[in-house]
Amino acid sequence: MVVEGLIGKKIGMTQVFDEDGNIIPVTVLQVGPCAVVQVKTQERDGYRAVQLALMEREKRPGDNKEPEKKKHRKIPKPLEGHYAKAGIIPQKILREFKLGEGEIKEGQILTVEIFEGIGRVDVTGTSKGRGFQGVMKRHGYSGGPASHGSKFHRAPGSVGSTTFPGRVLKGKGMPGHMGNERVTAIGLRVVKIDKEKNLMLVKGAVPGPAGGYVLVKKSKRCEK
Amino acid sequence: MELIREVEKEYLRKNLPDFRPGDTVRVHLKIKEGDKERIQVFEGVVIARRGGGLRETFTVRKISFGIGVERIFPLHSPKIEKIEVVKRGRARRAKLYFLRGLSSKKMKRKIAAKQQ
Repeated sequence: MVVEGLIGKKIGMTQVFDEDGNIIPVTVLQVGPCAVVQVKTQERDGYRAVQLALMEREKRPGDNKEPEKKKHRKIPKPLEGHYAKAGIIPQKILREFKLGEGEIKEGQILTVEIFEGIGRVDVTGTSKGRGFQGVMKRHGYSGGPASHGSKFHRAPGSVGSTTFPGRVLKGKGMPGHMGNERVTAIGLRVVKIDKEKNLMLVKGAVPGPAGGYVLVKKSKRCEK
Repeated sequence: MELIREVEKEYLRKNLPDFRPGDTVRVHLKIKEGDKERIQVFEGVVIARRGGGLRETFTVRKISFGIGVERIFPLHSPKIEKIEVVKRGRARRAKLYFLRGLSSKKMKRKIAAKQQ
């Protein structure tokens, strides 16, 4: 693989049958096509990488507006120029990936095909935001009994010892904001790749809501 | 959603008979034992169908040696060789869970199809 991964979109979950007729829970991901917007080189930038854009738009934003109306510009001019250099219509998502061995040109289109023969992938997404949550949901504390006169239900309980150490230990689980953070699901099995529709079926769940953007990379931890 | 349907389409079975809760069906199951394969038949009353698309399942209830046995099958499972409809039934609701509490005689009366 020249590029370590691609940008994708989570479509949703379903299930499929394997050869033996067993059910496999899968997440459907739309992976790519991604265009190379910029190639960063050791000489010029000090590190090797590619900037990819997920190709979603076919027209430039504002192009289908009536001509007499003032064009509604959604993209800053410098960014537009950045895309124009590679000859690509400005897209929504721009992400950088590590570059392996091999040649790659700006303006080149990469599709799911690059994942052919790869058994496992890591998928990074933004988890669903859950707002301010208590300690039971956020950290899995067991809480107290619900009934029998108990007055202790969902509270965290004691948070530490006495005069020694005389403080609450760092990293103690407390209530607070949960979700809406970057999460990576590691070593998900690739069940199927559909080159025509740019789809990839991956076993198990993937962080984030359906329609959320994800980064799909060749798994670093699992070889096969 | 559309894309999910398209993914599922490939796995859907085409030769499924039309059956409803209340019908009596015979489910032919492929059972693998080592490298041998044989067919096992499970015959009973369909008491529920749930889910949609590839995820649809149906529940079959039968009385085996005096004990009620229920099995839930994924409708599109390749493990099912074929489904035969033995008898049509008449049910006034979609889920026939109330049959669980009835004797087989009463059960028969409940799902008996109207005389033609």
